[in-house]
Amino acid sequence: MPSRTSERAALRATAADALKIVIVGGLGVGKTTMVGAVSEIRPLSTEEVMTEAGAGIDDTRRVRGKTTTTVAFDFGRITLTESKVLYLFGAPGQQRFWYVWDQLFSGSLGAVVLVDTRRLQDSWYSIDRLEHHRMPFVVAVNRFTEGPGVDAVRDALSLPDTVPLVDCDARLRHSSKDVLVTLLRHLTTWYAPAQETTS
Amino acid sequence: MRQRPVDDEAPDRLYMVTGGRTRADESAFDSVSLIVSECEPAPGMQSEHVKILRLTRRPTAVVELSAQLRLPVSVVKILLCDLLDTGRITVRHPSALRSAGGPSPELLKEVLVALQNI
Repeated sequence: MPSRTSERAALRATAADALKIVIVGGLGVGKTTMVGAVSEIRPLSTEEVMTEAGAGIDDTRRVRGKTTTTVAFDFGRITLTESKVLYLFGAPGQQRFWYVWDQLFSGSLGAVVLVDTRRLQDSWYSIDRLEHHRMPFVVAVNRFTEGPGVDAVRDALSLPDTVPLVDCDARLRHSSKDVLVTLLRHLTTWYAPAQETTS
Repeated sequence: MRQRPVDDEAPDRLYMVTGGRTRADESAFDSVSLIVSECEPAPGMQSEHVKILRLTRRPTAVVELSAQLRLPVSVVKILLCDLLDTGRITVRHPSALRSAGGPSPELLKEVLVALQNI
């Protein structure tokens, strides 16, 4: 019964502060799988309407007509404490998605770039955009096949040594959890210098 | 309301539910702002407002409402503006948006420990 399902999945009444982490990756790389592996609810899907960058939609016909583009994304959540809940978003890395980044994902703690070694080129654009948005991230290689090792992947992505790169199996809860833990450790160092000195 | 030319398609649902409005006050809601209803639905309310008030008896994030209502996030924000303006909901904003220098070390530590224990 849908109503019972939604009641069971309700947040605690004390939930007061939601946090965001975004998992970015190409089609079929395993974003939703990773979200589902750690989420306390079955991943939900929804969409956002793409607006002109910074300008919103002034002409109502754009909302009614076919010129409006929607970007679909999935998400799940993890209750962290009595008051805090973490939302995990699985987001497509293609170009039009980045137009809704600010609408949806401003204030995110950080991001995971999920990579398939057979299609490394899918990740270049996402990495470039995350750097542009000054959003800290780690790279996780979802191991479908043997493929190149992490060093070769690091080279292929021109990834600096400061960005963690790990192997994972997005189907497994403990493996996906390890990726998030890696991200949080990275965030601890990434955010630290800016808070200690302004120069 | 101004009469529009008859479209050859069915009336667009997004247009119908928002009454043609296209923007919410974007500062009012984040995609993970938690919404809590402060009253029961009243007779004569728009059906989407009724659904929102029912779904938010417990805190519910804007994106979850969007998924449940099958409406884009920005359309849900417009609907929420109506309910907020009339005091029917309250909003619990994400603290990450209030801290200019990024998340505090204490917050990151709290999240890290919680994730290690899931």
